[in-house]
Amino acid sequence: MSTETVNPRPPVGLLSSVLTNPIVQRIRSNWLYRFIVFPIGQMIFFIAGAALIMTVIAYFVAFLFPEPRPNIILADQITKQLPGMVISGIGIGFVYAMIALGYTLVYGVLKFINFAHSEIFMVGAFIGFEVMETLAARGGIGDISPFILIPATVIIAMLVSGTLAVVIERVAYRPLRGAPRLVPLITAIGLSFLLIDGVRAIAAITRNDFNLTYPTNELPYLRNPIPLSFNGAVVGGFNLGGTTYETLTADGADLEEWQVKETVYQAVTVGGVTLGGVPVDTNDITTGETEYELILIGGRDLNEIEDGANVVNIRVTIVIIVFSAVLMLVLLNYFVNGTKMGRGIRAVSQDQTTAGLMGINVNRMIALTFFIGGAFGGGAGALFGLNVGTVTPYVGFFPGIKAFTAAVLGGIGNVTGALLGGLTLGMVESFLNGTLVYFPALGQRYTDIFAFSVLILILIFRPSGLLGERVDEKV
Amino acid sequence: MRSKKFMLVALVMIAALSLSVAFVQAQDTQVIKIASQSPLSGPQSILGISIRNSAELAVEQLSADLEAAGFTVEFVPYDDQATPDVGVSNANNIVNDAAILAVVGHLNSGVALPSSVVYDDSDLVMVSPANTNVNITDRGLVTVNRICGRDDSQGAAGAQFAASLEGVETVYVLHDTTAYGLGVAEFFQAEAEAQGLEILGFEGTEEAANFDGIIQPILALEPDLIYFGGIYSQTGIFINQARSAGYEGIFVGPDGFDSSEFAELAGDAGVGTYYTSVAAPVSVYPEAEQFAADYEEAYGEGVQPFGAQAYDSAAIVLAGILAAVEANDGALPTRAQVAEAVRAIEGFEGLTGTVTFDDNGDNEIASYFILQVVSADKDEWNNNELLSTQEIPSPLFAEAMG
Repeated sequence: MSTETVNPRPPVGLLSSVLTNPIVQRIRSNWLYRFIVFPIGQMIFFIAGAALIMTVIAYFVAFLFPEPRPNIILADQITKQLPGMVISGIGIGFVYAMIALGYTLVYGVLKFINFAHSEIFMVGAFIGFEVMETLAARGGIGDISPFILIPATVIIAMLVSGTLAVVIERVAYRPLRGAPRLVPLITAIGLSFLLIDGVRAIAAITRNDFNLTYPTNELPYLRNPIPLSFNGAVVGGFNLGGTTYETLTADGADLEEWQVKETVYQAVTVGGVTLGGVPVDTNDITTGETEYELILIGGRDLNEIEDGANVVNIRVTIVIIVFSAVLMLVLLNYFVNGTKMGRGIRAVSQDQTTAGLMGINVNRMIALTFFIGGAFGGGAGALFGLNVGTVTPYVGFFPGIKAFTAAVLGGIGNVTGALLGGLTLGMVESFLNGTLVYFPALGQRYTDIFAFSVLILILIFRPSGLLGERVDEKV
Repeated sequence: MRSKKFMLVALVMIAALSLSVAFVQAQDTQVIKIASQSPLSGPQSILGISIRNSAELAVEQLSADLEAAGFTVEFVPYDDQATPDVGVSNANNIVNDAAILAVVGHLNSGVALPSSVVYDDSDLVMVSPANTNVNITDRGLVTVNRICGRDDSQGAAGAQFAASLEGVETVYVLHDTTAYGLGVAEFFQAEAEAQGLEILGFEGTEEAANFDGIIQPILALEPDLIYFGGIYSQTGIFINQARSAGYEGIFVGPDGFDSSEFAELAGDAGVGTYYTSVAAPVSVYPEAEQFAADYEEAYGEGVQPFGAQAYDSAAIVLAGILAAVEANDGALPTRAQVAEAVRAIEGFEGLTGTVTFDDNGDNEIASYFILQVVSADKDEWNNNELLSTQEIPSPLFAEAMG
């Protein structure tokens, strides 16, 4: 997924014999592998790697400070919070990664940092709000299928933000293309203020308020968390509507036994494989009326799990963020590496003049890059808005700064680097938030200090970022 | 040609003459300005604008006596953006306008603390409708007064209430790292410990949007109750996210929760939340009915919490200036004289109760309220249920009473 490596160096070392093997090469050049398996595998690898490293560090800290505060056994707390921290890290990590793509793509082609990008993100969050609010004002937003409503919201936010980014490029950056590099940088910072105050003015005039709350009150499916048990086996509690349950009737002694607990789990089985359990309120169970099943997963009876213990609640919006981000990143990878236009963008990022001589319309490719970057930022904005519930014109600043950090951490100009940087930063932040609490005199307010110390440390040893290549000659 | 020149000279002379006449006339009625400082933009502007409007309404309605004494009373609102440095820079502008004799403000203690130092250097009196941080008055500045209660009493009232709730044994305390939020959270913590509650955590956060990471340890510690010393723009979002992440306990907060915007931000998750307040909804004050109606007529929207307090603050300031004018034989008083007169006010009957300042500028007896959010509909905010009212004397007054 790199825009920089067009001709990878011939593989050397231990892997060379494997990589030059004709069967391996056939697989590597296969469409399915290049555009589906490899990018998704890469994401899973990054997430698992970051989570694993942070887990090891967390337990090491717990080993050094077993009881940072009286009655708090740090290792126990980490065990309890681990899935929650990992999930929250993935959620915020994908948001950072999607914003970071905008910075890194533009840097790739123009070698300048588009500081107005955080405001494109903010505009996306507002457009998402406008779409939902307009529908909600019409009434019946709750009746629209979430599989239409949410993609529609995100796509409209992407289109508007992408277009805005193109307009900004045309109006503010293109006339300055020959100017010294500091000039567009200052323009970008100016544009950033312009967008903040512009959105604030528009929102204040049209809505009489610029703290805007997504109408998620009317979308109950976004608000009920998905419980996930990790005691013995990881159980996803997805309600895969339409599947038929293999069931037993709940009556007599069974029912009495169940009603002691707050919730029982109704099995979700697809093709004979039990995927998970949907929690059912025991008060809703009446003898003989509905059928329920005690489900067995990984040799454990899910209903034996103590109420409330070791059940992590996942917010539905985080699941939506992850699904959307993965889908969009896979599409981006295909676009950049699998299409003619993507090849054009790569060519422009390598050498603008030569690309122009080869018949590539450089201006159009740059506009396209801004559109893609803006669309990713806007999509991330709408998803972020959906997740946090409330947007203000100032909401872009911190995610923007952090995503820029993520882009630098991963190696600016490198698309895979943006993904890695975003996921790493999200994971580091989430683990710090989860563990600093237990240290007296420290606490969550120091999360950013530690997160940025990690950044400085990495940059000392790898000045061009985790995946960045050393660029000897700049344009 | 010659006549034209003559005409021109004549015109200029007439213009100059009329200008000087106007100038002399302007000197005849002296201008007294009353400034307000509150956030008019930014996330907390809903309360800030209500403070400005209420003070403006008071100046319009209550300056008849001063005008009869030959003064023109003007109202100048400033936007402190809820930011200390903006507040201080406004304060410098305010003290340099010699016509300004008093300030009504601020909303945020963090802004009021540094700004009041600037006022004090110029002997300019400030009456605060909303600043509850103890250091506002405990510094003993002659110019600084407040008509509302204090964080130590408010935090303690919240903790006593939390301890009285059934099944609450453990609490988790959050604050927004500002002078206000940290202050009230610390007083809550101290009283909660004294009441025998276990404090599972004490955390500050400036996060404004995504609380996922902050919620994780809370879910692991499973506190019965979360106390969040902060302002609704942050706490409403937090509560919304904490509920949808699966937290099922009780939320308690200080008067920073007190805005109809809280209902909108927190949604259904916020229903049932308890908060302490130094300013009850306008409906609680029997005297404020007319004010609420006037406000709605003038500004086309309902008055927010602290509106009635801002009206009273402006009224006290006007009464103080009038007293200073009378003591000064009808001449324009100095700022120091105004400050002295304001502090000397005793038994002022305002919309929100009786105001008498003690030597530090605290109201001798302030009211504290415990309320519960009843609905996720922001229009229902003024109907929040009042669970109890406590009258707590200020520390100095309590000492004097023995």
